[in-house]
Amino acid sequence: MTYQADEKGYYGEFGGAYIPEMLYPNVEELRSRYLDIMKENSFQKEFKELLKEYVGRPTPLYYAKRFSEKYGTKVYLKREDLCHTGAHKVNNTVGQILMAKKLGKNRIIAETGAGQHGVATATVCALMGIECIVYMGEIDIERQAPNVARMKMLGAKVVPAKSGSRTLKDATNEAIRDWINNPVDTHYIIGSVVGPHPYPDMVARFQSVISEEIKNQLKEKEGTENPDFVVACVGGGSNAAGAYFHYLDNPEVGIIAVEAAGKGIDSGESAATSALGKVGIIHGSKTLLMQTGDGQITEPYSISAGLDYPGVGPMHANLFKSGRGEFISITDEAAMKAGLELAKLEGIIPAIETSHALAIFEDRKFKKDDIVVVNLSGRGDKDLNTYIDYFNL
Amino acid sequence: MNRIQQKLQEDHKLLSIYFTAGFPAINDTEKIILDLEKSGVDFIEIGLPFSDPLADGPTIQESSTKALKNGMTTNKLFDQLKSIREKVEIPLVIMGYFNPILQYGVENFCKKCQETGIDGLIIPDLPVDVYHEEYQELFAKYGLLNIFLITPQTSEERIRFIDSVSKGFIYMVSSASVTGSTSGFGEETRNYFKRINDLQLKNPQIVGFGIKDHDTFKQATEYAKGAIIGSAFIKNLNEKGTSSISEFVKNVKALT
Repeated sequence: MTYQADEKGYYGEFGGAYIPEMLYPNVEELRSRYLDIMKENSFQKEFKELLKEYVGRPTPLYYAKRFSEKYGTKVYLKREDLCHTGAHKVNNTVGQILMAKKLGKNRIIAETGAGQHGVATATVCALMGIECIVYMGEIDIERQAPNVARMKMLGAKVVPAKSGSRTLKDATNEAIRDWINNPVDTHYIIGSVVGPHPYPDMVARFQSVISEEIKNQLKEKEGTENPDFVVACVGGGSNAAGAYFHYLDNPEVGIIAVEAAGKGIDSGESAATSALGKVGIIHGSKTLLMQTGDGQITEPYSISAGLDYPGVGPMHANLFKSGRGEFISITDEAAMKAGLELAKLEGIIPAIETSHALAIFEDRKFKKDDIVVVNLSGRGDKDLNTYIDYFNL
Repeated sequence: MNRIQQKLQEDHKLLSIYFTAGFPAINDTEKIILDLEKSGVDFIEIGLPFSDPLADGPTIQESSTKALKNGMTTNKLFDQLKSIREKVEIPLVIMGYFNPILQYGVENFCKKCQETGIDGLIIPDLPVDVYHEEYQELFAKYGLLNIFLITPQTSEERIRFIDSVSKGFIYMVSSASVTGSTSGFGEETRNYFKRINDLQLKNPQIVGFGIKDHDTFKQATEYAKGAIIGSAFIKNLNEKGTSSISEFVKNVKALT
């Protein structure tokens, strides 16, 4: 049994490429070339060098002593928050900008929700001197102002998406439209393991540096490459895909995916796709999707701008459907509390996305000698305003 | 023979009009169809509104959003069209995104189309490859022609494949763009129309995207069998209401 994508980009029944003909040449060019390009020595050399010297990899695998004591188990934090730009997103954008160069593209577009992917894209575009346009929901532009400023400083043009819920879903639609209108010179850097094949697989491969490092680091610290559990938050699911990647086909390692329940699964204001979604098609991929009975895509809600996406990547839909992954949903309230707790116990302020993953320990009990790796996907600086408002700091 | 195939045999350039069902008002669907037929349009594309129409430009997206707000649903559309075949002869095509059709059940949807008298479907995000492998037999079972798009970037090999699985016409997207975003056709576009014409495909081509008036209709049909107007018609409905339909069609056809 494998949980990786097959050659047509399917994970079980999920995935594929449901795209309008206008996108076919772009997507097909990428699909037919991405694996070969990734194998090229020159690509690998530049990718690895940038990850090391520019991103700051490997990121530490930190044993969270006080947090572990509190919850009576061994918790390691994979510190993706220490990546340049403050989140795991940059692993993928470094990979994709090199891919774009190999494909001869000279214009980059991207979508962003919380702004982390937008910043990571703007960063690598600045690094390579390539034009960068970032689509971002109007609402997200308001609630993630520091990241908008960062993108602008890095030379990117931030274009507000004004349709629909004016969040990530709509920013993605706008980016896809841009790509339809600019099929020759433009590469679309998708920020998560979503979209048409080959994106979910390509992004997962770029992010798989996370689980590769976990294996090496855990071997050194615990004498085993395999933790008992890997925990990560899932919006689209790129940090989770990266943390699970080398463990997907290893049943000894438990996979825990944490979704945003928002104000509660049944509140009507939630982004817990595994609980609320049905099979559908969003942004070119067949996956689990929050929608009406009539197939209209609904507007998800989470306090975290990075998790309020109405779908999940097809890899995650398959992990859920097959039972390989354990899916837990966490409310805004529990996530905020967990974020504050990590700050006080370990001196680390996590992104609110990550706080969802940290919040599972209140209810999900682990054995004393279980090794639990939590992917600390990003830092909380961008969320300070939300933390301030929430806790009256 | 399917109504679309019959129409394609007529010896003149064909005009197709797209409108979004449930727009401007929820119950306008039938009136718009009757008026379009009366005005001499050759076939009609009825848009099934979708929340995330990523191949459409702002005009059609806004009409879809409005239609959904008006309460349009797949069931409602079929209800509205229940007795349409007693009133019109014109070929009818439903244009919609794949997710609502998937939720309705693809077979159920096809069956309902046949009962209603729908002749064909345009589903922009159902690629020809997936259709060919999974749905071709099903569509054929219910007598539905599935219409595929080609663009200036579509390779000849792929165009030939699309031609081989098509049984009505090929929807030739005039330029690399979402709907409603071009103004007039340049030399490059006209060369593309000619290039496709020279391929001598078995299916005729109907041009879509960027046609808004008599001039663009004429340019688009220089080498093609017909042309489709969407955004410009929606804009007209928006500004002048449903009473302006015959005048709009007259202007495009340059009838006085």
